[in-house]
Amino acid sequence: MSQSHRHVVIIGNGISGVTCARHLRKMDEGVRITLVSGESKYFFSRTALMYVFMGHMKFEHTQPYENHFWEKNRIELKEAWVEKVDFTRKSLVFTSGEKLGYDSLVIATGSKYNKFGWPGQDLPGVQGLYSKQDLELMEGNTRENVRHAVIVGGGLIGIEMAEMLAYKKIPVTFLVRERGFWNKVLPKEESELVGRHIREHHIDLRLETELKEILSDDEGRVAAVITSKGEKINCQFVGLTAGVSPNIDFLRNTDLKVNRGVIVDEYFSTNLPDVYAIGDCAEFEKAPAADRRTIEQVWYTGRMHGETLAYSLCNKPVPYRPGVWFNSAKFLDIEYQTYGTVPADWDENQFKNFYWEHRGGKVAFRMLMDLEGKILGVNNFGFRLRHEVLDQAIRESWSGGKVMARLEHANFDPEFFAPYYIEIQEAFKAEFGGHFHPSKKSFIQKIFGAKV
Amino acid sequence: MRVVEKFGLGLFLIGLAAFIIIPFIGTYSISEELVLANTKEIHQQKMTEILAPMYGQNYSSNFAFLSAFGENFDSYNESLKDQQLWDQVIWDDYSFALALAGLKSPVRENPWIFFMLSIGLAVVGGFLYNFRQHHNEPAGIKNNGIFHSSLKNRGILGMLTGTFLIVFYIGLYWFPAYLVTLVWMVSPISELLSGNPASQWFLYGLIYTLAILVMGVRMFRKYRGNKYQQLRTASVMFFQTAFAFLIPEILVLLNQPYYDFKNIWPLDYDFFYDYQISTFLSSGGVGMFMLIWGILLIIVGVPVFTYFFGKRWYCSWVCGCGGLAETVGDPFRQLSDKSVKAWKYERVIIHGVLVLAVVMTAVTIANYFSGFSFLGNVTNQLHSFYGFAIGSAFAGVVGTGFYPFMGNRVWCRFGCPLAAYLGLVQRFKSRFRITTNGGQCISCGNCSTYCEMGIDVRWYAQRGQNIVRSSCVGCGVCSAVCPRGVLKLENGPEENRIHDLPIIIGNDSIKINV
Repeated sequence: MSQSHRHVVIIGNGISGVTCARHLRKMDEGVRITLVSGESKYFFSRTALMYVFMGHMKFEHTQPYENHFWEKNRIELKEAWVEKVDFTRKSLVFTSGEKLGYDSLVIATGSKYNKFGWPGQDLPGVQGLYSKQDLELMEGNTRENVRHAVIVGGGLIGIEMAEMLAYKKIPVTFLVRERGFWNKVLPKEESELVGRHIREHHIDLRLETELKEILSDDEGRVAAVITSKGEKINCQFVGLTAGVSPNIDFLRNTDLKVNRGVIVDEYFSTNLPDVYAIGDCAEFEKAPAADRRTIEQVWYTGRMHGETLAYSLCNKPVPYRPGVWFNSAKFLDIEYQTYGTVPADWDENQFKNFYWEHRGGKVAFRMLMDLEGKILGVNNFGFRLRHEVLDQAIRESWSGGKVMARLEHANFDPEFFAPYYIEIQEAFKAEFGGHFHPSKKSFIQKIFGAKV
Repeated sequence: MRVVEKFGLGLFLIGLAAFIIIPFIGTYSISEELVLANTKEIHQQKMTEILAPMYGQNYSSNFAFLSAFGENFDSYNESLKDQQLWDQVIWDDYSFALALAGLKSPVRENPWIFFMLSIGLAVVGGFLYNFRQHHNEPAGIKNNGIFHSSLKNRGILGMLTGTFLIVFYIGLYWFPAYLVTLVWMVSPISELLSGNPASQWFLYGLIYTLAILVMGVRMFRKYRGNKYQQLRTASVMFFQTAFAFLIPEILVLLNQPYYDFKNIWPLDYDFFYDYQISTFLSSGGVGMFMLIWGILLIIVGVPVFTYFFGKRWYCSWVCGCGGLAETVGDPFRQLSDKSVKAWKYERVIIHGVLVLAVVMTAVTIANYFSGFSFLGNVTNQLHSFYGFAIGSAFAGVVGTGFYPFMGNRVWCRFGCPLAAYLGLVQRFKSRFRITTNGGQCISCGNCSTYCEMGIDVRWYAQRGQNIVRSSCVGCGVCSAVCPRGVLKLENGPEENRIHDLPIIIGNDSIKINV
């Protein structure tokens, strides 16, 4: 164990900052670690805020570590908002006027939700959903007298917000600029699958429709929106979910080099010595891999950033080398996972594409392959796949046939669930051939298992 | 709420109210003949004398009757105790038998009407309330509003429900004489099944089974689309109805010993008591089969099945306590304490009960073979302590009464000695584990929140570590509520089942886990 007495201050106690702090402590007994957050004293899982709103959990359930964890691991928690950073004196200035010195500074301030200058975007009753404070605001905004709500922007937070409002039995109109739900990420079929499911939940999904203006009532609260199609929709709540961007306004116009986010290299170093940035607020000079963006705004990448930087801060610098991409989400009742590279669109002449959809329209599997038939990535909806197997398959460029041959092993659904993999294997074999035999139902599965 | 649900709930509440009122309907009077008929021969003379002041009196309620009974009986016993005449003290409690015999009540005259009005309405109402839940919604598990619910989040309704259950259990175990009206009410059903009149235990078994069946329907609705949950629920409904309720009664009808073929020592703590052993030994081939079957379950069934499937094969698929917890208790599963502190208490208490059960049984068996009087005394003391503290207070009053306070598995988690035994096998020699799906965990906390055993599932999942815990009953709800497909209950090779240095897939920056 290396020992040091320097003071590492981390601004932000989200998954990136907390992972960094935890790994720092694991590797260095002596370093002094301070986590700064004005949002919440204790780390919580941001992705779980919706469940608090819907009564699935209490806020304390979203906290992955018990409160004594931090003291036990000597991670100091500073509950404060940072107003500015004095990079020359190596000191933080809090809104209270208080100061805190550091030897190394990690900026992990996450994101804020986008507003695109819509008229009326700051009216009471109009909000996004990112922070704990946003959740509390939303609870207040939807407590009473909301007869209709409009959500603007078709991404993951938008559909979460729609589900939250549906819990309150508030009818929702969901405005999506694109031709399909989340179709900058999802291919057409998957986007349509989710779109159908949104409508099945009685959410009024309006594709190719943008927000033009938000109108207020006499008391100055939101009363209606005007869409790009000129329609006026009366509503008492507007959710702004058109993406997020790095939360770094307090760092603009300083010596720190920023663009959309804080500019970092592959070691998460900024242009200033002893200052690093990780998570949603970091912007790489160069994308970490061909299929990755310069700003990574996903839980998993935040965690990897934090782990990698901690290693660099304690040992010899380690460049950020993410492995095979993966992600997941849940669209109302339909689970989604993705492994490797499946873009929203591709050149049919450059790739082989296999898509299977269950006749019920809620379960789907896509595998994208190169021209030699080697796997590049998969999307799976409505059933679960084993990360370990898909990671290995993509890393080792298995042929599509080999992936199919091992699909039963890759299946991660609970016991007795419908063996969709058999239909998938049969469909693949019919389309591409291959030297494998589709799996057979076991005796137990035939008697007790769910039907495909 | 739709009309049918409101109607169902209304019926249920009327049935529940009737059930609460019925014990107070009726008057009591006893005569010498009645006392003679309901006391042991050695006590007959004394009891008829002691209770003589009560003959011909009409008591307007169970309270009046039992307080008069208590006054007469206790003054007799107390004076003997004061004189240290221990061998003349009457230790048997005749209050239940005499109240049962002395009851005059319209319930006794027309048991079926009152049965339909109380338990019948509650069952029909409960069924109507449950059977169409979520029918307008796409399949999927919804824990909507659970923490906004007074019943499910220790609000006033939860407190009331818990209090009602605790009072009911205290009455059932220690004051059954107050419940004789209910016993008469279900007696015709007992007559139909076993040919015998009902006892308070028949009443309990009947309510217990019906509760599992009605709330099992709720499980089918709530976990639509999840075959594992459906099958597991069907299984506990079946084992409760057939093995715990019907078969033992039918055995009695056929003049065989009352026996639950799925109950296993040490949960079935009196399996080796001398009266049980003599029942088995005096019942010919069937009795011998029961004895051998019971022993085989302990020494072969538990280790073998637990090796292949984990303790879930019993706890969440077969067991009666588990059956109640998984159906009636399901709405309360989120109330279990997930703290490390609770886990520490859990390990000490549950293994303490296991040790106690083993010691008690060892002493019982030693006594059976030696017949040494000192040992006989110790055995009796141990039996009465265990029966009171563990068998009744812990398993019953706390085990079920605390559902709305501490979740639905308080007994299974902190007290059940069989769960402790199954758990030791599961922890150290089993193919069962809950697999974590690589790096997909988002630490949301649904798994931990809905773990009825209070396991902090997320702690493992977010580190990419398999969950191997002695307490896990394999209910599968962590996997069911996970929004990212992270958890899977699996039986697989023992190799790599437990990994102490898990690696979260996805980050190639750090090859060695530090």
